[in-house]
Amino acid sequence: MTDQHGQEPTRRDFIYIAAGGAAAVGGALTLWPFIDQMNPAADTLALASIRVDTSPVETGQQITVMWRGGPVFIRRRTQTEIEESLAVDISALPDGLARNENLSDDAPATDENRRFTEDLLIMKGNCTHLGCVPLGEAGDYDGWYCPCHGSHYDTAGRIRRGPAPENLPVPPLRVADEANPAIVVIG
Amino acid sequence: MSGPSTYEPQTGIERWLDSRLPIARLMWDSFVDFPTPRNLNYWWTFGGILAIFLMIQIITGVVLAMHYTADVNMAFDSVQRIRRDVPFGWLIQSMHANGASFFFLAVYIHIFRGMYYGSYKAPREVLWILGVVIYLLMMATGFLGYVLPWGQMSYWGAMVITNLFGALPVVGEGIREWLWGGFSVGNATLTRFYALHFLLPFVIAGVVILHIWALHVPGNNNPTGLTVKTKKDTLPFHPYYTVKDGFAIVVFLMIYAAFVFYMPDALGHADNYIEANPLVTPSHIVPEWYYLPFYAILRAITFDIGPISAQLGGVLAMFGAIAILFVLPWLDTSPVRSMRYRPVARWFFLIFMIVCLCLGWCGANNPDDHVLGTPLKFVNFAQILTLYYFAYFLVILPVLGFTERPKERPASIEAAVLGNKPATAQPAE
Ligand code: HEM
Ligand code: FES
Repeated sequence: MTDQHGQEPTRRDFIYIAAGGAAAVGGALTLWPFIDQMNPAADTLALASIRVDTSPVETGQQITVMWRGGPVFIRRRTQTEIEESLAVDISALPDGLARNENLSDDAPATDENRRFTEDLLIMKGNCTHLGCVPLGEAGDYDGWYCPCHGSHYDTAGRIRRGPAPENLPVPPLRVADEANPAIVVIG
Repeated sequence: MSGPSTYEPQTGIERWLDSRLPIARLMWDSFVDFPTPRNLNYWWTFGGILAIFLMIQIITGVVLAMHYTADVNMAFDSVQRIRRDVPFGWLIQSMHANGASFFFLAVYIHIFRGMYYGSYKAPREVLWILGVVIYLLMMATGFLGYVLPWGQMSYWGAMVITNLFGALPVVGEGIREWLWGGFSVGNATLTRFYALHFLLPFVIAGVVILHIWALHVPGNNNPTGLTVKTKKDTLPFHPYYTVKDGFAIVVFLMIYAAFVFYMPDALGHADNYIEANPLVTPSHIVPEWYYLPFYAILRAITFDIGPISAQLGGVLAMFGAIAILFVLPWLDTSPVRSMRYRPVARWFFLIFMIVCLCLGWCGANNPDDHVLGTPLKFVNFAQILTLYYFAYFLVILPVLGFTERPKERPASIEAAVLGNKPATAQPAE
């Protein structure tokens, strides 16, 4: 090997560097499938939407449906609850954003931006803190209360107090067909 | 301390093997003739106890795996079937579930032992770090295993812990779905947790081998913290410590057996006998007892710290509480190993142990409840305790090394044990 010392790069140097480079890039590329396999599979992604008939939900009632493996709350709010929500000062909210997937990301958390129809509120039912399911008609703001670590949500599902950082998110929603507006497609 | 080997093959077969794979020599030098400080007390027997429990978990686990089904529709019933229908399934399942608790009990005693006698200090830093790695892997394994029976606590425990990663800025959401393999804890989550729960104990076994290797280079620390100087400071591992360890293992196993046979569910939670239901959260989610102190630290951070939200702050504090153990060898600035000779540090250590227990107590209680009817809420109590927990590592130990005046130490381990009497009745060495 001494004959190489201090000489111009040889063919062996070239092969050495090329093989090393190929091994590094190849290794990284091979690793990726083993990481990516853990992401949601195609069939999981395909189960993305459900249809729900909201007509049986009476005023003051809530039903919980399962969407993407978790709960979605569908609540027909009372007039008092709607008024309470409308009276809230948006600038004083811990999370001032609507968190509504049907609107732009910076839409403010007004009651209009959160609800589906005036009385119908549809949102995901996992606390934005660590995912527990909050209890309805509970807490200091007459909305939802998460017993896990004490988060209080108001009658529009907005976080008011406690460790949860965000309002309960509103999933993609639309009316199934104009003839039957009570049937809602979630997802 | 690993001097020249004293192994002498006795038979032709042993000589034949010794020149091809000297495994008998390795075992002899590591567990028979290994020179061990003559003054080790019973706190040193927990290493052997831990090795036994790793074996118990692996053997009972492999047997459970023969009967367990990792599918959200069948997991709960399959564990109930193990407990009711499989011959001796009630015993093996109880051994595994309670084995995890006793494994953690032993590891906590083992860690506190190391902290009191300064076993993490030079030249044992790598040994200590490997121990912390084992502890982290145990935490992961225990968490994954607890999800498998697919009860309410399994499901909601998994939900809360995976959601912790959602607190990370930017990547949080993606990491959470990547961990779940879906949009919530579900079947994909259960199957991967099962695969990893099966795998990790064998990774632990590998790190345990490194841990023992790193132990056998400098040799054992001892209650005086003094370095072994002469052969008179030591005894051969066998029979002195095989017998002492063996006795302690038997006593510990008897306590374990009392739980396995008579109180199999005492350390568990009743809610885990309700099958997982993604639509209803149990009124009070608590992790297994061995995670409670860290759960209390997680919940103690209820305020934003600058740009760090309370949620992220809690997660960082919780992981930080474990991560800080990695750098303990460099935080403790005192050259004296054993707290026997550190009159001030030993008091702070005693308080530290009480703080850890109280953190566990806070973790088991509702944060908004009051401590023993006093005006103090558990969450505020946990905040004070968390402050001490971190101050112990970041302020108390670094400063004490400079300010404390250590007590006089004996000249050698031999002198500490035998006084200045000449050792007449020397055990055969
Ligand atoms: C470090 C060692 C281990 C620890 C700390 C551990 C811990 C646990 C825990 C806490 C549970 C839940 C038990 C319950 O509450 O019902 C569990 C369940 C289970 N473990 Fe392990 N385990 C270990 C090793 C293993 C190994 C090596 C295997 C398989 C090769 C295994 C297979 C299982 C199975 C199939 C279950 C589900 C049945 C049940 O819930 O009892 N475990 N484990
Ligand atoms: S999960 Fe709801 S407050 Fe923590």
